[in-house]
Amino acid sequence: MRVTITEKQQELLDDLDLFQDWTERYEYVIGLGKKLQPMDPNLHTSDRLIKGCQSQVWLDSSSKDGKMSYLADSDSVITKGMIALFVRVLDGESPETVLTADLSFIDKTGLKEHLAPTRANALTLMAAEMKKGALEASQQ
Amino acid sequence: MHQEINGNPLVYLDNAATSQKPLAVLNSSRDYYEKINSNIHRGVHRLSQAATAAHESARQTIASHLNANRPEEIIFTSGTTDSVNLVASSLGRSNRFKAGDEIIISGLEHHSNTVPWQMLCERLGITLKVIPVLDNGTLDLEAYDSLITERTKLVSVNHVSNAFGTVNNVTHICSQARKIGALTFIDGAQSIPHLNVDLESIDCDFYAFSGHKVYGPTGIGILFGKHELLCELPPWRGGGEMIKEVTFEKTTYNDPPFKFEAGTPNIEGGIALATALDFVNNLVISEITDHESLLIKRAAEILGELEGITIYGPDDRAGALSFNFEGIHHYDLGTLLDQMGFALRTGHHCCQPLMSRFGITGTLRASFAAYNTLEEVESLGEALKKALMMLR
Repeated sequence: MRVTITEKQQELLDDLDLFQDWTERYEYVIGLGKKLQPMDPNLHTSDRLIKGCQSQVWLDSSSKDGKMSYLADSDSVITKGMIALFVRVLDGESPETVLTADLSFIDKTGLKEHLAPTRANALTLMAAEMKKGALEASQQ
Repeated sequence: MHQEINGNPLVYLDNAATSQKPLAVLNSSRDYYEKINSNIHRGVHRLSQAATAAHESARQTIASHLNANRPEEIIFTSGTTDSVNLVASSLGRSNRFKAGDEIIISGLEHHSNTVPWQMLCERLGITLKVIPVLDNGTLDLEAYDSLITERTKLVSVNHVSNAFGTVNNVTHICSQARKIGALTFIDGAQSIPHLNVDLESIDCDFYAFSGHKVYGPTGIGILFGKHELLCELPPWRGGGEMIKEVTFEKTTYNDPPFKFEAGTPNIEGGIALATALDFVNNLVISEITDHESLLIKRAAEILGELEGITIYGPDDRAGALSFNFEGIHHYDLGTLLDQMGFALRTGHHCCQPLMSRFGITGTLRASFAAYNTLEEVESLGEALKKALMMLR
């Protein structure tokens, strides 16, 4: 049976819960960042750049056969790890699912990074851009 | 402030952003509201008179601290940014500028000492020129000497760089400007907490700082202006307090400093700021300078031994130590240090042009105050080692 995005999010949170302290939790996220599918540096173009307050993020959204596909990169390895969490949840989902996805699981990870509606943080902008990509795909 | 983060004691090294407040300052704010809270300059009653006396006595304390000629040269603002905007706006309304004139700032400036002048330049067709920054993070003063021309009408630089801790030779900068009759504005936000500032020897036309960076409250700042200039310049905000007489046909303005203080001021803030300066004077500013300089030198020694580090700015810096590690993002290091209880600033420190000059997006900055200790500096070294190990 297909795993829903709610289940994917819960799996990630369960994984993070296994760690005893912040060091392990951050090491796990840094590891996820390092393992994220590499993005061709040629794709680091200004139209793919999401300028956060601290770190830069590049996002490439595309869709094929009704499924979203995301490539992303950041100059910060922790931000990249957080992106990896989003990509793990949303990659391969339909544009409609991405559009309606509740991504607040990020706030439950026990990591400092969080979604902040009033601030230009890279993560918030990243989530918005992933949904924008899905919106464009759903209109095609 | 005796807090713990993940079981580690909080080590506050973000003093260039804002300082923590001594008990004397907190008590001063509380005392004001408990004992004399009232509006100033207008009441016949006892409380208003007490509040007015305390407010004006604070102005005197601040004037003495800066070695200004008279208390009327001290204007209460909401902070350094507000002070820069006041001068830029008032000068813009005076007839001191015309299209084709030039304003000189430096490559070390905070956005708050850049953008208000840019706005003025755009409005009046003035050209903005920038003193270049050398590789060691100091200003290229030879280039400055050649930037100054008959068209230069104002020079505005910081006394101490918030990003790198560079101490600028403001006495020289002002004396060069004065030779051709240009006005001088010094942003003292980062100097007042760390250095003895003597306005008579600097001889600038304007000097500004914020209360909250020098152990005082937020929302209060100071603009010093030479008296004859303050008399000449038009006000920038209208309202109560700043007038002598109002009719619907014409309003005559009050004398400085009141001409520039429209509306009810931050009364408690001004009083508590004076208490903060008393706190600094009780510790003796030269001893604060020596203590912080010891901390910064030791931090530079410890950090200098770590692989891949670049430290920005000259060795004789004040207040702040800015650095990066090769291949590691400052945000990642700052995030992990935060988990270990260390409060450092990461990012461009509101100095994007300076960051571009060095080809970086930001730095990690440790900035110090009188209450920081050598033990904290030593533990920062250990924490950095741990963070670097996690990231490499």
